[in-house]
Amino acid sequence: MMPDLGKYADVVLASYVVSLGLIVVLVVASVLRSRKAKADLQKIEARLKDGA
Amino acid sequence: MSIWKYANPVTFIRTTDRLLPWLSVAAVLCLATGLIWGFFFTPDDFRQGSTVKIIYLHVPSALMAINIWLMMLVASLVWIVRRHHVSALAARAAAPIGATMTVIALATGALWGQPMWGTWWVWDPRLTSFLILFLFYLGYIALWSAIEDDDTAADLTSILCLVGSVFAILSRYAVNFWNQGLHQGASVMRAGAITGSDTEEKVSNVFFYPMAVSALGFILLFVALVFLRTQTEIRTRRARALLAREQST
Repeated sequence: MMPDLGKYADVVLASYVVSLGLIVVLVVASVLRSRKAKADLQKIEARLKDGA
Repeated sequence: MSIWKYANPVTFIRTTDRLLPWLSVAAVLCLATGLIWGFFFTPDDFRQGSTVKIIYLHVPSALMAINIWLMMLVASLVWIVRRHHVSALAARAAAPIGATMTVIALATGALWGQPMWGTWWVWDPRLTSFLILFLFYLGYIALWSAIEDDDTAADLTSILCLVGSVFAILSRYAVNFWNQGLHQGASVMRAGAITGSDTEEKVSNVFFYPMAVSALGFILLFVALVFLRTQTEIRTRRARALLAREQST
């Protein structure tokens, strides 16, 4: 199944590993930050509602 | 029905919340299809061998690196002219995605250049303008973080974005302005190359179709991420405003 990349296998595979790795880091960081921002805002709104 | 209704943060979050799952699925499908098709089911190039498989990452990421800055330019102009907070926050949200795309374009370019040109890096007009574009992304992100007042930060980063646009355009047309360097000229986004009226440096359809699908995946991924990250910026800004109001009472 794996294509024969010949003598350029290392640079081709490195391109895919680096690129997909960076994309995964970006997506995971964005999702985690989004969840934290949502939770923080809900906490603050709930506290203000209780205090009001 | 006006586009400006999406400048309302609540409307923006409600609308993008509905779109995000569809965009995410479409992005993953297009990326997987384009990359698997390109990596496993396309032949080697007669001159470049298997390194041609880097094209499915290098070209879409380079296109995104330039076009994300241009999207930030449009959003910054909307902020300067109409003072819509969502547009300023959308520009802020897009910057780390653009920086990542620039790093991918530079890294895959270096990995491709080493076996083809015999060097990882050369001070070629296109490579150099791309490096400067990356530094502009870093400067833009740093400037947003360095200024506490959101409106002042949006004003100053918008000006920086206007200046940086020169390099975004240069990185696209550098090979045309200075007819020198190792990097080849445009071989995809050129009218003659697409219609087939010229054959010089034209990307073969065998490579073009999977690359186009991969590029569509990159675009959809960007739209999904910028929606998600803009929502985050809106919520973070609202949380800061509520805390400030709480402390002042």
